[in-house]
Amino acid sequence: MTQAHQLTEAQSIVAACRADFPALDQEVNGYPIVYLDSAASAQQPSVVIDAIANYERHDHANVHRGVHTLSHRATDAYEGARETLRRFINAASTREVVLTSGTTESINLVAQSFCRPALGPGDQVLITHLEHHANIVPWQLVCEQTGAELLVAPINERGELELDALYSLMGASVRLLAIAHVSNALGTINPVRDIVAEAHARDIPVLIDGAQGVPHMRVDVRDLDCDFYAFSGHKMFGPTGTGVLYGKEALLDAMPPYKGGGDMILEVSFSGTTFNELPYKFEAGTPNISGAVGLGAAATYLETIGMENVESWERELSDYMTQRLSAIEDIRLIGTAAHKAGVQSFLLGDIHPHDLGTILDHQGVAIRTGHHCAMPVMDYFGVPGTARASLALYNNFDDIDRLVAALEKAKEIFA
Amino acid sequence: MIGSSLQTDDLRDLYRDLVLDHARNPRHFGKLEHTTHSAQGINPLCGDKLRLYLDLDADETIRDAAFEGSGCAISVGSASLLTDTVIGLSSSDAMAFFDAVLAQLAGNEPQGGNRVDLGKLRALAGVRDYPSRVKCATLAWHALRSALQQDMAPATTE
Repeated sequence: MTQAHQLTEAQSIVAACRADFPALDQEVNGYPIVYLDSAASAQQPSVVIDAIANYERHDHANVHRGVHTLSHRATDAYEGARETLRRFINAASTREVVLTSGTTESINLVAQSFCRPALGPGDQVLITHLEHHANIVPWQLVCEQTGAELLVAPINERGELELDALYSLMGASVRLLAIAHVSNALGTINPVRDIVAEAHARDIPVLIDGAQGVPHMRVDVRDLDCDFYAFSGHKMFGPTGTGVLYGKEALLDAMPPYKGGGDMILEVSFSGTTFNELPYKFEAGTPNISGAVGLGAAATYLETIGMENVESWERELSDYMTQRLSAIEDIRLIGTAAHKAGVQSFLLGDIHPHDLGTILDHQGVAIRTGHHCAMPVMDYFGVPGTARASLALYNNFDDIDRLVAALEKAKEIFA
Repeated sequence: MIGSSLQTDDLRDLYRDLVLDHARNPRHFGKLEHTTHSAQGINPLCGDKLRLYLDLDADETIRDAAFEGSGCAISVGSASLLTDTVIGLSSSDAMAFFDAVLAQLAGNEPQGGNRVDLGKLRALAGVRDYPSRVKCATLAWHALRSALQQDMAPATTE
């Protein structure tokens, strides 16, 4: 069943990267691992693992504090990572790159620091039906705290945003639009550049949840012209507990601090405190220094491969996955947007996703099962959960053949 | 192709025919006309939800039992086996089955055997080798305990 696949030179470069990921060189339940759960968390290449270990072995001290050599080295490593990340997303300045614990913290920061002081009864926050819980719950909380209203733009049966409906919800009372770049459950790639332009034409600032965007495509925050862009390290081949909030400097400057503590102050006395400049105002306490070093190494790794190459390779894989999965009898694909990333939710016959997950794991194939932290999406499609296969740059055609063979085996067991 | 060389014997141990049969054709599925005790079971990990209905007489004997909800083969199969088992039992005997099933799934059955003979509930034994699935098998049993204790809060597997 395996076809001969003609690859361009660019695609071959990415295909060769699989060897960079030590976790993919192992057997699970007696089979070479097929890792199709990168939308939940991606594996790390050796350069990331080594960068973290080297930092911890040789350069660790606290940052921005000491005059001694290790403190200098740690500060250089930490700030060097920030500069790499600035370049990676093409932000204008490192003052716009706030290092956080991940997308969730980045979004909560904007909800509490940008929105909360500005919201009151009569105001609205606009989100969409395909958001991850991390881009729903922080807005529900801030709406409860302020009396503001949460609006939800609808999707269609392919899992695409209904753009006309979204634009018609962009009324005069909307204070922020928060929207996913790529849906984690459905794979839909939203036309965020156009959406930002429409929102800005109505004076609505936009936050993009880019957790599923940055690992798979080139992201240029100045080209998108978004006001905030949030993403996580562990979805882009970096360590867990790391992430970024990009924000336009003028907006970040006007926002109050989100957390209080050391490193976010210039001067503290009991009569008052002068806050530090950007981005340190939002980074209270000793940060996750080694994590930032690892995240910077991941961004450098992706720059070396080239995000255009990654995108091209993953499109090839994704098309093949859709083609192979659609050919399975009794499969129901959930999320069939015209413009889609390498994420596919599905149901197979009447086999519960949880059972599928166990049977596939038995054959060395790792997929995610359940609601994918997107219960409103599951409700829309009338299912309690789905099975989901998600691709990253290190996957290949053989992985997809193994997935399909494992699904056929599951059908046999449940026949 | 890799499928042909698959060792599925231990998968068959998880999905034994009796469990699969109960999952596909659940017994006592639906509501009861008369319910004295009821409880919901929720597995927050996967979102599985089921509700167990019991009809106890004045002597605390379970006259009838039924369940409804959706879930994986293990949770539905286990719930179906549960209802088949507890009808006609006193509530204390039903609780003895609860203890015995949980002990079986934890792999720490008491020396000298359980107070009760698990009978066809032994079909659930294969689940204990799949730690991530034990909660699926215990969901209905936690609901049984909650129902018998007249506990109004939903039972969870957490």
